[in-house]
Amino acid sequence: MSTKSVGSTSRRPRKRARLQRLTRTDKIVLVVLIGIPTLLHIALIWVPTIGSAILSFGNLGPLSGFTDVEWVGLENYKQIFEIYPPFWPAVRHNIIWLAFFLVVPTTMGLLLAYLIDKELKGSRLYQSAIFLPVVLSLALVGFIWELIYKQEGLLNGVIGVFVENFDRDWLASSGNLYAVLVAASWRHVGYVMILFLAGLKGVDPALREAAALDGASEWQVFRHVVFPALAPVNIVVLVVTIIESLRAFDIVFVINGGRNGLELLSVLVTQNVIGEASRIGYGSALAVILLVISMTVILPYLYKTFREDLVR
Amino acid sequence: MPRPTSPLWTPRGASPQMSRRNLLRGLAVGGGLAAFPGLAACGSDSSGGSGSGSAGTATSLGSNFSDQVPQTALKDSIDAFIKARGIEVDVNTVDHEQFQENITSYLQGGPQDVYAWFAGYRMKFFADQGFAGDVSALWSGDMGSGYTDAFKQASTAADGKQYFVPFYYYPWAVFYRKSLFEEKGYTVPETLDDFTALCEEMQSDGLEPIGFADKEGWPAMGTFDVLNFRQNGYDFHVNLMAGEESWESDEVKGVFELWRDLLPYHQPDALGRDWLDTGADLLNKKVGMYYLGMFVGQAFTKAEDRDDLDFFVFPAVNDEFGTDTIEAPIDGWMMSPEPEEEEAAMKLLEWFGSAEGQEVYLKSDPNNVAANSDADTSSYNALQTKANELVASAGSITQYLDRDTRPDFASTVMIPSLQKFIQNPDDIDGLVADIEQQKQSIFV
Repeated sequence: MSTKSVGSTSRRPRKRARLQRLTRTDKIVLVVLIGIPTLLHIALIWVPTIGSAILSFGNLGPLSGFTDVEWVGLENYKQIFEIYPPFWPAVRHNIIWLAFFLVVPTTMGLLLAYLIDKELKGSRLYQSAIFLPVVLSLALVGFIWELIYKQEGLLNGVIGVFVENFDRDWLASSGNLYAVLVAASWRHVGYVMILFLAGLKGVDPALREAAALDGASEWQVFRHVVFPALAPVNIVVLVVTIIESLRAFDIVFVINGGRNGLELLSVLVTQNVIGEASRIGYGSALAVILLVISMTVILPYLYKTFREDLVR
Repeated sequence: MPRPTSPLWTPRGASPQMSRRNLLRGLAVGGGLAAFPGLAACGSDSSGGSGSGSAGTATSLGSNFSDQVPQTALKDSIDAFIKARGIEVDVNTVDHEQFQENITSYLQGGPQDVYAWFAGYRMKFFADQGFAGDVSALWSGDMGSGYTDAFKQASTAADGKQYFVPFYYYPWAVFYRKSLFEEKGYTVPETLDDFTALCEEMQSDGLEPIGFADKEGWPAMGTFDVLNFRQNGYDFHVNLMAGEESWESDEVKGVFELWRDLLPYHQPDALGRDWLDTGADLLNKKVGMYYLGMFVGQAFTKAEDRDDLDFFVFPAVNDEFGTDTIEAPIDGWMMSPEPEEEEAAMKLLEWFGSAEGQEVYLKSDPNNVAANSDADTSSYNALQTKANELVASAGSITQYLDRDTRPDFASTVMIPSLQKFIQNPDDIDGLVADIEQQKQSIFV
């Protein structure tokens, strides 16, 4: 504590001097450039967020005005935790989604990036082919995979060659979440691959050569030289993956409206707020729960990066 | 028509700035502002006065007639209206399911002058909160004489005024192909025992006896409804929907038990299929019967197939009630509370409510029956005539589960619950306890 206060007092005169050096125009420009984004940020992000949080303590029927809110305290949360059947499945599905995304597409993407980075024959072609799904929206990915997973779809057609009378409906029977995860991963792998590929290009080849000369095996080079050098990219991939998992929505929504085994928190929010039902208080409470979950995952990361910046 | 979700046709008299404004407003409401209905409602106040054209010569219509058959039919009826009355109509067509999903933000964002909706509780729910214009004048005028009391009742809100103009209705019944029944020697069942015997017979013939699809979530409500009012009667249906009866009662458990026993005869994997898929299965004789609304005829596009389609009422389950209750939802039109061109809007509504307007529509979409009893029935096909007689002779008429109860209860509680039941029909006690708990949290 004492060191901190010493540091800040010693810095203060310098700061003031720097401020004085700014001209009037500089100050105006600064205010405009920082002020407008801040205002937008507050108006578009914080006001709705805090509004949702406030509304989550109220009961707001379909179409009722803002003034008719009936405040019910924690009742909405209590009902969600206790008697809303799709809630716990949705939480479970979000967690499965996150775990699956952290393991499968990430390792696949890293593997593919590593292989492509070796500049095999036709690697450009592979690179574009694998990246292609990323430019498609998840909703479109959903449509494409519906054609594959349908009862008379491609997958059953292929399996039907080996197994007779195979007519599993992949998207409607149990385990459909994993079928959807495969589809979502199909897209996410390309994204992760590109990120890792960029990172791999930045690894100094001299490091690898040196390791190879010292007699390290391929795996050892990767494990002890390349992977540590990828650390900044790993963080980006981690954050991107977490965000993609928590905001997953469109693919399940086009498949079956996010019901029947595909419940996700984001879908429950939509079903309650936007649908004909319009249980805004209830939906807001769900949104706050999703926000809290997102915060607990993202905050440690932000805390870590900001602290590193401050240390520097 | 490639994508049913986009506005499919924008006929003459379209005013681009108008629709863009509505779009932007819709986006704002659907997005972040959804949390602030008060603010969104403020926006709609400013909509008056800036419309295009002079008074009484143009109006606008929000339509959910997005499937191909109804869309063409509606266009025919509107074209005839434009020709007869000289009033332009700016039609905005939205995908049927999406229109329903987004109805609250649509109404808050300022709807078109006339918009499509459903009769009964579902109409009252919005009318009572001031999201519909009073059309009582039409009911006390010429149009009203064409309607029975049941229709007027279904168009009346809590304040005793009418807010709805019926267009057509369609009964729910068990549909089948006559040629299939002849070929296999099946007979129309009168009782539940006959019905299950017929199902057994069909199974041994390699058919799926009862077609079933519930991907959209609402079709299974029809099966619940029919089993419920066959077993427990019309009054119980009404009270249950109004939240006055317990879902944990023996009556409701009995309905689910009955359904559980019939499920083995239903087409499996229902949650991955929508009703048009099963309609096609009925057409292709993969399934023997299909309990659905008469709109199942939309899957039968060829004339000779259409002539082969027939139906029978769902057989009696309980002697006390027989088959006197029929589910026959009414679709129709409502007016915005603040129409830009009220006179023109009323004229359009009057047209939709008239025998003539409905006849033109039904010529291209003969899967429904005209709501106006003055409509010419001589051009009806056999199915329409039968449906007309069926409804006329019915003791009681219900709308549908999601039209007879609160929308928030129907969509956030009943859809997932029925889908859960279809997946796991054995835990009835747990299921009804869940429904009852949630019901009590919604019907406060």
